[in-house]
Parts: sequence; structure tokens; C-alpha cells
Amino acid sequence: MTTITSAARPRPGRALTYVLVIAIALAIAVPVAWVLLASLKGKSEFYGSPWTLPEGLHLQNYVDAFVTARMGHYFLTSVLVTVLGLVFVVAVSVPAAYVVARYEFRGRGLVEVALLAGLFVNVNYIVVPIFLMLVGWDRALVDVFPGGFFIDNPAVLSLVYAATSIPFTVYLLAAYFRSIPVDFEEAAALDGASRFQIMTRVMLPMARPALTTVLLFNFLAYWNDYIIALTLLPGEGKTLQVGLLNLMTAQKAAADYGRLYAGMVIVIVPVLIFYALIQRRLIEGMASGGVKG
Amino acid sequence: MPGNPSGTLPPRTATRRAAGPAPGRRGASGSAPRRRGNGLFVLASLLPALVLFAVFMVVPTLNVFRMSFYTWSGFSPDMRFVGLDNFTALLDDAQFVRAFQNTVALLVVVTVVTMGTGLFLAAVMTRQRLRGRSLYRFVLYVPSVLSVVVIAAIFSAVFDQENGLINGTLQALSLDGLRQVWLGDQDLVLWSVAIAMVWQSLGYYMVLYMAGMASIPEDVYEASALDGASPVRQFFAITLPLIWQNLRTTLTFFVMSAVNLSFVLVRAMTGGGPDGSSEVLLSYMYKQAYTNSSYGYGMAIGVVIFAFSFLVSLLVSRATRREPLQF
Repeated sequence: MTTITSAARPRPGRALTYVLVIAIALAIAVPVAWVLLASLKGKSEFYGSPWTLPEGLHLQNYVDAFVTARMGHYFLTSVLVTVLGLVFVVAVSVPAAYVVARYEFRGRGLVEVALLAGLFVNVNYIVVPIFLMLVGWDRALVDVFPGGFFIDNPAVLSLVYAATSIPFTVYLLAAYFRSIPVDFEEAAALDGASRFQIMTRVMLPMARPALTTVLLFNFLAYWNDYIIALTLLPGEGKTLQVGLLNLMTAQKAAADYGRLYAGMVIVIVPVLIFYALIQRRLIEGMASGGVKG
Repeated sequence: MPGNPSGTLPPRTATRRAAGPAPGRRGASGSAPRRRGNGLFVLASLLPALVLFAVFMVVPTLNVFRMSFYTWSGFSPDMRFVGLDNFTALLDDAQFVRAFQNTVALLVVVTVVTMGTGLFLAAVMTRQRLRGRSLYRFVLYVPSVLSVVVIAAIFSAVFDQENGLINGTLQALSLDGLRQVWLGDQDLVLWSVAIAMVWQSLGYYMVLYMAGMASIPEDVYEASALDGASPVRQFFAITLPLIWQNLRTTLTFFVMSAVNLSFVLVRAMTGGGPDGSSEVLLSYMYKQAYTNSSYGYGMAIGVVIFAFSFLVSLLVSRATRREPLQF
């Protein structure tokens, strides 16, 4: 019916609205596009107007970033840590969520309240205590692992990622499990399926939408984190985000813009492609309660 | 965020629950074959998650509170109980006071600007049927998927003193007088951080509000349009009251996320500088506990931040309480 109103009396506000929306969209898009373009510029092109297009494809920046700045190496670390983290969190959260959703047991109320409270504990508060705890474990085990085991271990980082997203993941999955009618499980039980089979073969496939949402948000959280990675991997094996942070620091000293911009593009592009592919799902998931900051 | 305000957004789960023939929780009692050996299955399913949760979340959280009463470097065996000394020392710590002020300033400015603009954009997108609005939505949500390091890097480039997007443009336009040292000026740096924070979170809140607004039935607007209500009037008389619960939740959530976002952004973008002028509470805590090896002191700051954000959330939630409206 808005069409009738707008037809009835032309609104000068509409043009203004358009201008405002376009201006805001441009304010978001231009800096990103500018970095993408600037990553192709040669060293001398960074001086002067920032609005000039690159003269050619100066791909040396990418070679520098990938090889000299080790971004290629860090990329692999990030992939490993993220994939492992996702495997861990799904492996422990799916059974927990299923049991919380479907079984009566003593202490269930307590488990639910604890996980709910966990939603409010942000990892930024506890990253230093976690670090010191791991340092303490390393010290206690110095005879077994003289080089240390827990600090600078990508798998431990994945485990910490998984642990810190358990509350969110269990909360979302349990809510979805509860929404599935119990008849399917009863039918499967009559057919002789074990509890474990019911969970993995019957319920898990039905919970795929919730599982996808959880994977999407956890992927972004793990891939984009840098505080935990910076603290728990202080050595050579960095993640992509920490590598980029180092490039930023180095650029401040040496004014080597090309390498920094290329490094940024290496970090941005995979996420942008991912986002373009799953855009609808991500925004729907957010609107349906799978929201995470 | 812990779920959505039920009632304003129709979550997919809720619709499914309502559609299901047998809603509600089911215990083992409902189905005979699950009677034997339940305890073991429940335990085996819960244990891994609970152990991880306890070790990496519960214990560190309790440690924050406990260690705030100690002085400890974090590495030496020398750990001493000092009661409330860490907290009283905070009152005389000018850097802490400054970090506190900066956090509050960012919280207020970023919240007001982001919510206002987010609501405006969401209303325009939902109500005005803009051409190409899915493109706008796509673009505006992009910062939400970028990492904070990338955003910090983008804004370092935008604000770069010599060849940044802003100063470079001003120079190209021969407006050299307007050039600023965006990240190096003590009076400006906090605003530069605020701009980056709004840039980052705008699209996220817009999408949240769009979801809330989409659930308002069209006929309410039709009726008011027939009565001659303008879009602006409709926004204040219909949209805003009907998504109020949604708004409250995001506001409470905003407090917590702004405290965190300001930290990760400041840590990557300015490192708290120049001379502590962009330091925020969490970055100061991290600096004390991790870099400066004053672990107990840092944890006392952590306790203060925790209490602060809890209090603000509570106050905001109290102050915005209204009778939920139905449509």
C-alpha cells in the first residue's frame, strides 16, 4: 500500500533518503575497494593522489606478502586451526546438546544454567588466565615435553576456540533438537537403533539447518580471531590475522605499503567469497536466533 | 548474542516447534527403549563438552576474580594476598581513569550513532522498497564478516598521515589545511576509533532491526497510511514501539560488544597510543596482565570491567522497560 501513498503525493524526502543510503553504502564500500586496488600499485604510485588507478598489475606485492612475509605459511596455519576447531566443537557439542534437549537427568538444570551463563563470558576477559594456565601446565610437564606442549600448539588453540564457543553452539543446537518431533526417534528405536545411532543417523541429519548456522558463525569467529591466537601462539607459527598484524607493525617502520595491502587482500578475499556464497544463509541464521557478536 | 527477543522475531525453530505434532520437551520416560543404560549414555555425551567448558571457561573466569586479590607477576612463584589493595590502587591510577573515560565515551557515541543510523537504514530498507536494496544490504553487512585486524588495517590506511585515503584526497583537492594526524593526535584518535567502530557494526545492527521490522504485519501500515500518516510518523508511532523489545535486547548486547570491540580494535589500530589517549578498559587490562606482568592488578581491572558492563546492561534494561505491545 506504500505505492498508493507515494503515488498520492510525491515525497521530496525520498530523494534525500536515496542519497543518504547511497552515501552510507559508499562509505562502506570505498575503503575496501580502495585497498583491493592499491594492492596492485607499485611503490612510487602510493605517493600523490590516492584516487589514481594502478598503472599495471604490480603482482610483486603478492609475491612479497606470500613468500617474504610468510603469509602463505600463516594461511595454512589458519586453515588448520579453524578446521580443527570446528571438528572439536561439533564433536563435543552435538552429543551434549542432544542429551540436554531430550534426556531427563540429575543436574540438567545446572548444566543449562551454566551454559547460559557461559554465553555472557567473553573470551577477551579470560585469555590471559588461559595463557597462564597453559604456561603452568607446560612447566609441570617440562620433564615429559622439554620444549613445551600447550603453548605454541595450533591444536591447543583449536581446543580453546572450541571450548569458548560451546555455550553458543549447545544453546542453538539444543533449541533446534527440541523443535524436532520425538516420533522419529521412537520409530527408530522400535526398529532397533541404538541411542548413539538415533543421535547420529536420525537427529543429526534433521538438525542440518542449525548445524550449518553454527558452523558458519564459528567459522567466522575462529578465522577472524586474533587476540587468542596472538596470546597462545607467541612463536613462529602464527595465524593469518596475527601475520597481518605483524605486517602492519612492519609497515609503520618501513612504509612498505604494497606488501601490507597485498597481505590485507589475501586475508579479505577468501572471507568475501565465502560471504558472497552463503550471504542469505548467514543473514537468515542471524535473524533466527543464531546471533553472535 | 544469546538468542533473540522472543515475540518480535519469529525464529525458525519456534515455527517448527509449533508445527510439530508433539511439541515440548521429551524425557526418556516417554519412550520405552531408552530406559536402560541412560545414565552412561548421558554421561558420555555430556562429559567432553562439560570438561572443556569447565577447564577453559569456568576455571579461568573464577581465576579472574580470585587473582584480583593477589599481587603476582604471572611467572614468578612469588604470589601474595593483598586483599583490596589492587582496587584501591586503581583509583589513583590516572591511566586507568583515562581508559575508563575513553570506554564510556566510545560506548555512548558509538551506541547512539550506530543505533540511530541502523534504525534509519532498516526502516528505509523495509518500508521504502528501495531499488537494489539487496545490494545495499550485501555491502553494508560486509564489515561484519571482516576480521578486526583487517578493519584496523583498512582504517590505518584510510587515516594514514601521508598517503591515506583522507589526507591524500584532501591534498589532491588542495585542502591541505584540513589534513589531520588522525591516529597521532591525542584529541582526535578516539574519534577515529569511534568511526571505525561504527563502520564495523552498522550493517550488523541494521540486519537485526530489519528482521524485527519484517515481522510487523503490513496491514498496520496500510491502515495508518489510509489515515494519512507520513512515513516518518509511521516510524515513530508504529515501527519503533513494535520493535521495542528487539531494540532493548540489542542495546544490552551493545554494551558488552562495544567494550570488547573497542579493545580488539584499539589493540590492532593504535595500541592505546599516542600516550594512552586511546586506551580502553580491556586493552589496559591486557597490557597490565600480559605485557606488564602485573597479573593481579590486571585481573582487578577485569573485575571492574565485568561489574561495569553488568551494571550498565542492568540499568539500560531497567530504563527501557515498557509493556510489550502486541500486533
